[in-house]
Amino acid sequence: MSDAATAPELGYSKSEIMIAASARQLVSVTNCFVGVGLPNIVCNLAQRTVSPDLQLVYESGVFGARPERLPLSIGDPTLATGATAITSMFELFAYYLQAGLIDAAFLGAAQIDRFGNINTTVIGAYANPKVRLPGSGGACEIAINARQVMVIMRQGTRSFVDRIDFRTSPGHSGDPAHDAARGWWGSGPTSVVTDLGTYAFDDATGEMTLRTVHPGVSVEQVRESMGWEPRVAEDLGETAAPSDEELRLIREELDPLGVYTK
Amino acid sequence: MAADKVATMHDAVATLVRDGDSVSIEGFTHLICFAAGHEIIRQGRRDLTLCRLTPDVIYDQMVAAGVARKLVFSWVGNPGVGSLHAIRRRIEHEDPAPLEIEEYSHFGMVCRYVAGAANLPFFPIRSYYESDIPSVNQNIRPMRSPFDDGTEVYVVPPLQPDVAIVHAQRADASGDAQIWGLLGCQKEAAFAAKRVIVVCEELVEESVIRRDPNRTAIPGVVVDAVVEEPFACHPSFAQGYYDRDNAFYLKWDEIARESDTLQAWLDEWVLGTSNHGEYVEMMGAAHWDGLRPEPALSGEVDYGRYA
Repeated sequence: MSDAATAPELGYSKSEIMIAASARQLVSVTNCFVGVGLPNIVCNLAQRTVSPDLQLVYESGVFGARPERLPLSIGDPTLATGATAITSMFELFAYYLQAGLIDAAFLGAAQIDRFGNINTTVIGAYANPKVRLPGSGGACEIAINARQVMVIMRQGTRSFVDRIDFRTSPGHSGDPAHDAARGWWGSGPTSVVTDLGTYAFDDATGEMTLRTVHPGVSVEQVRESMGWEPRVAEDLGETAAPSDEELRLIREELDPLGVYTK
Repeated sequence: MAADKVATMHDAVATLVRDGDSVSIEGFTHLICFAAGHEIIRQGRRDLTLCRLTPDVIYDQMVAAGVARKLVFSWVGNPGVGSLHAIRRRIEHEDPAPLEIEEYSHFGMVCRYVAGAANLPFFPIRSYYESDIPSVNQNIRPMRSPFDDGTEVYVVPPLQPDVAIVHAQRADASGDAQIWGLLGCQKEAAFAAKRVIVVCEELVEESVIRRDPNRTAIPGVVVDAVVEEPFACHPSFAQGYYDRDNAFYLKWDEIARESDTLQAWLDEWVLGTSNHGEYVEMMGAAHWDGLRPEPALSGEVDYGRYA
């Protein structure tokens, strides 16, 4: 079943609403660290909508990218041409990220738990993995040093798990006093956007909390697509559908071949 | 008169890359010298420890060809596409043999090169807190600042590979190399390594380098051999010379899924060619024309003449 076919009456795909809902979170963000895959199109959409002055930062050493085409990976020549600055990777991680200059970052995850701890390393035991995943890349230091961490991923019982197999990037500990004393620029993810809804993290417990469900999605569906009983916000709402302009930008300008949205 | 270090890829690899060496073919998505990896495969090197932040398709090819015993890395995937199947087969199924791994995060790997280049015993960073990565790599250790605040940091050890192979857009005969676009860790890897091969798109006169010294990433003083090898980074890219061949990265995902199709590809494109020039010719002129970008010139700065 294709992604678009899951909700034909809505006129957009699950990927498209994920992208649009994520991009809207970047309003008032100045610098955003962009990851591989979906975050690439999210940040490029935000730059064309809610956050025109957004500086796109790539771990490949680019600050203030103005890509003329959708980058094919986080290292693409279109990121270099016309950028504000190209730095060594040391400078990017040390002077920009570690020094606290990065307002927001997007991370993906193969597994996430209720506190936003992220696994991108292995499924199964480390020494004898069932699936070897790519590993940290810059994710571990991004999770610790970006001021806000936003997660974008598809949701299911294999990805939203009670216990992750490996903690690549730390999230909330479950003890807010501990989190506040860490002294990191960030301290666990601030939001999660999936194909079913959007989540924030509870101030008192650090636990992931369902804030909105996407149009046509029930809380029951969300419950069935995760490995723990989710905390649900008292004022649970519905995610705003992607606007015509957001859909036009995604389909005509940003991803005409459907690389990220099919 | 500066030394002339110009060599063929065959001779540079034959002289400078030895069985059992640790080898860094660096370049973060950009300037990854595939041609050097292919030559190492042709010459049948064995038991190499391959180091790179992102092993990329080139290390998948080298691991499949049996040159490597160990991988040191921070992100093992096909960028923008998915998995590296030959490496996964070795790690998940020991097929056809086990592959030792040692993994870091990007910042950890970058700082290993920085420590190696700066002759430091370790480098401190604010990463790895409450992560499981240090529990599977004893080379990542916590340390308290010796100064008053006692901040906890994690430290990583220096990486000084036996050989670094770095690609540059242009270099002169003594190895002074200039790079623009994504810089990756080319400079840090070259300064950290015991032996250095610079590969370039164009060999230029020393005067070209001297006209724009800010652009020199690697000085010839740390370089052992210089190889002129156009299109050496394919399917990776060289800013201003050719684009990333994304279709190839996607195709590699299919080729590498089965070891038979992967070996057939190596037989045809690497072992079936005697050098990178033949690979370029086999790919055909139209293919290279399709990867050439429109120009976007930087303009010039005035250094001034102070005679």
